[in-house]
Amino acid sequence: MYEILKKEVLNDAVELMVVHAPYVARKCEPGQFIILRVGEDGERIPLTIADYDREKETITIIYQVVGYSTIQLSKLQEGDCLTDFVGPLGEPTKLVKSNHVVGVAGGVGSAPLYPQLRALAAMGVECDVIIGGRESQYVLWADKFKEFCKNVYITTDDGSMGHHGFVTDVLKDMIDRGDEIDEVIAIGPVPMMRAVVNVTKPHNLKTSVSLNPIMIDGTGMCGCCRVTVDGKIKFACVDGPDFDGLLVDFDELVTRQRMFKSEEAHICKITGVKR
Amino acid sequence: MPNMSQEKVKMPEQDPNVRNKNFDEVSLGYTKEQAMEEATRCLNCRNKPCTQGCPVGVPIPDFISKVAEGDFEAAYDIITSENALPAICGRVCPQENQCEGQCIRGKKGEPVGIGRLERFVADYHREHGVQKEINIEKNDKKVAIVGSGPAGITCAGELAKRGYDVTVFEALHKTGGVLSYGIPEFRLPKALVQQEVDGVAALGVDFETNVVVGRSVTIDELQADGYEAIFVGSGAGLPRFQGIPGENLNSVYAANEFLTRVNLMKGYQFPDHPTPVKITDTVCVIGAGNVAMDAARTAKRLGAENVYIVYRRSAKEAPARAEEIHHAQEEGIIFKFLTNPVHIYGEDGWVKSMECVEMELGEPDASGRRRPIVKEGSNFSIETGTVIVAIGQSPNPLIRQTTPGLDTQRWGGIIVDEDTMKTSKDGVYAGGDAVTGAATVILAMGAGKKAAKAIDEALKNQ
Repeated sequence: MYEILKKEVLNDAVELMVVHAPYVARKCEPGQFIILRVGEDGERIPLTIADYDREKETITIIYQVVGYSTIQLSKLQEGDCLTDFVGPLGEPTKLVKSNHVVGVAGGVGSAPLYPQLRALAAMGVECDVIIGGRESQYVLWADKFKEFCKNVYITTDDGSMGHHGFVTDVLKDMIDRGDEIDEVIAIGPVPMMRAVVNVTKPHNLKTSVSLNPIMIDGTGMCGCCRVTVDGKIKFACVDGPDFDGLLVDFDELVTRQRMFKSEEAHICKITGVKR
Repeated sequence: MPNMSQEKVKMPEQDPNVRNKNFDEVSLGYTKEQAMEEATRCLNCRNKPCTQGCPVGVPIPDFISKVAEGDFEAAYDIITSENALPAICGRVCPQENQCEGQCIRGKKGEPVGIGRLERFVADYHREHGVQKEINIEKNDKKVAIVGSGPAGITCAGELAKRGYDVTVFEALHKTGGVLSYGIPEFRLPKALVQQEVDGVAALGVDFETNVVVGRSVTIDELQADGYEAIFVGSGAGLPRFQGIPGENLNSVYAANEFLTRVNLMKGYQFPDHPTPVKITDTVCVIGAGNVAMDAARTAKRLGAENVYIVYRRSAKEAPARAEEIHHAQEEGIIFKFLTNPVHIYGEDGWVKSMECVEMELGEPDASGRRRPIVKEGSNFSIETGTVIVAIGQSPNPLIRQTTPGLDTQRWGGIIVDEDTMKTSKDGVYAGGDAVTGAATVILAMGAGKKAAKAIDEALKNQ
């Protein structure tokens, strides 16, 4: 069983868990994800790996409590066990040595971005990070990024912390003032990743995004997570989750993520689950 | 004197207009009396053409004569001497191409209902039989099996009986492979699959779910971990698409996704089971294999009014079992043969209609079937809210991508020696759909059995 060794509430929407998962912890690399289930009838939900400890055989996950299944997950406490926890899934991020990488994180996107930038920094890449949130409490892990990032920029939609505005404002400034950037890694909600690509595309600036379409098995079997990249069908679970952001069909991704919106609303309503 | 009736004893079934609204099993199985009567139709031919048609070589006339005598446990022992999963095979084997296809009685009238009898014997044993104590002498040699589908569980069972210490690694949270995620409850009850897996576990086989070989652990790491042989039965999970415009619209499913949502995740019991599945009044299923029939009949049961099977060849070439096509027709599935989809149209991202062309059959192609040719200008549209693509699956690429030294075909199938199921990599064997591409349960079982024998021969003298 996959015991929850630690649980932490990060803000009123986001929680962290450290889970004992030997197979995943022994093999995982930055960029990969896991699928977990809560209860014998539970849905399979994919979550990106935020951190791992090979010796303690643990995986850290960070999740936003948004729908039926994450609410079930949130009900569990330290000492409880997850029913299933499988991984690592997906291709690890291809970490390329360059001079300067800018990470852009929105909300829980800080979690998967963190191990990637840490690994790049360890390779000698100069890293900056732009972290955005709706308000200050949703800005995650600014301190942790400070350990290895040269600059940590913060933006909030309401101005309660850092720059009043969006992550793209800061990125635009960096590009406009002539910062030499080799790659942008953007992880967060789809509208944010798309906005980042809209900024970088005119400059043909290499931009990696981490996609999170709807998935079931996560091993390439169901085809549910297909995305169009450079005009070709890709399965995010086995070909991704990282893709060249400049080539992703974001319109299609946004539509496909709406596939079961009404069912989600229905189950939350009739079961009365509320955060 | 054999019973010379030209027809099989009818097997009771749920009424088509009742069963197309529920997920209970369609066929109800023979009673004792019906089974004994059907068994008397067997001529007990000396050269056993039926057995030659069976991929695992069950001594069919022998078990049937025990059924005729009413000694069902003896019949069970005879079947299970060669086939570990009779309750499953009796239900899902394409008997008309195998045992029953060879039956002499089939030359004039219907062949003996071998599949129905096999199913009866297995079900009778499940309800009345006693689990026999099996004494296994352990030999302390470790074997790993990748995948708990029909190939994997057969290989595991055979090796466990020979004393090996067997661990089966399964990527999903549930064992059974395609028997669990693919074949629907109304055709193969999941409790029955579980029981067969439990039977293998009772032989001392360990099942580790949630381990994706190729990701959680590699073949090389398993070898380093002391597994002296590894059998890869990872199936053909990767869905194929036609490559026509509109395939990524919402409510276009790969059949695997649709069936996994319903079978593995129990989407038909939403919201009691939280994984949803969406259905519309009209559903088009592309393809005419068993998977297509399963998807169409499932869609009907979920409440779709008009369910079409759209297939580019004619009824004659349809690869599904005859019984599945027959059942689908009875349940009100509409067949559009010689019809090929060319474009799926949407509105706001959701499927709205599917444009098709009519086809005609030309000369035989590489598969030996007559090649479908487009009738120019025959385009027409079907208004539909859902499209389910069931045109086949390729082997999952995870293992070949992460196993150096494992040779595969260009289309992804693992290359093996057909007598031993040995791959190009030392100590690694493979079988089932991972080798052949999507095929049948019984062929996968046959491969698992063959590999077990070869593994035993390779390891016992080491």
